[in-house]
Amino acid sequence: MSWITNTLTSTLGRKLSMSLTGLFLVSFLIVHLSGNFLLYKGDGGEAFNLYSNFMSTNGLIRVLEIGLLLGFGIHIWTASILTRMNSAARPIGYAVQKTHEKVSWFSRNMGLSGSIVLFFLIVHLINFWFPYHYQEMPMVDIEGKPYKDMYGLVARIFHDEWWYSVLYLIALLLLGFHLQHGFASAFRTLGLDHKKYNSIIEGIGNIISIILPLGFATMPVYFWFFHTV
Amino acid sequence: MNTMNLTLKIWRQPNTAAKGELKTYSISGINDHMSFLEMMDVLNENLQKKGEDPVVFDHDCREGICGACSLVINGRPHGPQQTTTCQLHMRSFKDGDTIYIEPWRAKAFPVIKDLMVNRSAFDRIQHAGGYVSVNTGSAQDANAIPIGKEIADEAFNSATCIGCGACVAACKNASAMLFVSAKISQLAMLPQGQAERNRRAEGMVAQMDQEGFGACTNTGACEAECPKQISISNIARMNREYLGAKLSSNAV
Ligand code: HEM
Ligand code: SF4
Ligand code: FES
Repeated sequence: MSWITNTLTSTLGRKLSMSLTGLFLVSFLIVHLSGNFLLYKGDGGEAFNLYSNFMSTNGLIRVLEIGLLLGFGIHIWTASILTRMNSAARPIGYAVQKTHEKVSWFSRNMGLSGSIVLFFLIVHLINFWFPYHYQEMPMVDIEGKPYKDMYGLVARIFHDEWWYSVLYLIALLLLGFHLQHGFASAFRTLGLDHKKYNSIIEGIGNIISIILPLGFATMPVYFWFFHTV
Repeated sequence: MNTMNLTLKIWRQPNTAAKGELKTYSISGINDHMSFLEMMDVLNENLQKKGEDPVVFDHDCREGICGACSLVINGRPHGPQQTTTCQLHMRSFKDGDTIYIEPWRAKAFPVIKDLMVNRSAFDRIQHAGGYVSVNTGSAQDANAIPIGKEIADEAFNSATCIGCGACVAACKNASAMLFVSAKISQLAMLPQGQAERNRRAEGMVAQMDQEGFGACTNTGACEAECPKQISISNIARMNREYLGAKLSSNAV
């Protein structure tokens, strides 16, 4: 084994992959959320449809999409290897186990929160990404040119499929739990630990674990209550 | 002084290969000034009088410095106080309590008998680099090598790890990272440890992985249960040491 594979397959190397891909996914969430706010522009979805078209045709974005796929792939793959290794490290459990009150529930259940987010992610892709790329979509005219009506699809799903909105909100809650621990944990994994900035990192982690899910959660709520299709 | 009667649920396992089980014992007249291990001694005397096999458990100094004593007591390593089991007193319990007593649970710590586990995995990790191998000769003048007070204190804190393994027992992943990081840190911070710094981090982490300990999820359970208050800052330092070593050492 070369030193590179040797490093990447060690426990610390796998944690490094978790941490780098995890932080990369956080940056993706921020971009994704900012773009989605175009839904609220009040222009009947014009800006959002142009944005969707740009995201699916621009060459640079397509390359980044491969990076995103890799990021998710490596994060999930490494999570499953680590989770298996970690449970193999204790083949016989305790009859009684009392977790210290300083240890957060979120930190002990990263696999659970991650898996629910993953389940949602698959449903999410089937609902939006797949039809946009591979199915016949209703078209709208914007300045004389036809565009796929992604805005209409979003509005229809959030308005008509109540189960989807419920799943969406649950997944967001779990994403918040995942990030509440994951964000600060990722920096520790990278070896960043100092009394000057530990509390700043934890603070940012707490903020994004609330702001990001809350931002996404406004969407089903908006289409449910305030928007008629 | 109070005396108390207790019900004990103790893990009994005749040898490494055997399948163990929890067995129930009643014990009466326990003085609340006794240490937990003294309570176990009383139990064993009773068992021996009855001609039964006494419960095997690890202990040595009985003053909180050697790291030999273990036991997961009511689901917490070393019991309800953040101390060693030999320093835990029966006043932490009440008359009528039921106390579960189990061994450290980890694949890398196989049970030898009952509550005694084999912790030689820790020794092998130490042998993989947890030392300074230069010939030190006779003791130097204390001030010959200047070391800042803060660094000296921090290195000393890391060096107080007694190798008990409570961190492994407490971790949901049975990870040994608190122990290993303390052993790497105590030398990485001092001038004497520099010569072998890279080799040490690479060697000890590789051995830790080979022993079958889990990875770190940064839950902080180890630090919360460590009887010597070793901080998880050591784990972050180990991550730096290891990555730095991997990127700069000559071991290809
Ligand atoms: C947008 C989605 C996601 C984001 C932003 C994200 C972010 C993160 C971050 C920042 C960490 C901390 C890394 C560390 O401790 O070094 C982490 C850890 C983890 N993630 Fe995710 N994650 C996401 C999705 C997932 C999915 C889909 C899964 C599962 C199947 C998953 C499973 C895990 C697990 C198990 C850990 C903990 C690993 C450990 O420390 O033992 N995550 N995640
Ligand atoms: S780090 Fe603490 S709990 Fe772990 S072996 Fe050292 S003294 Fe024991
Ligand atoms: S017997 Fe030595 S620390 Fe408990």
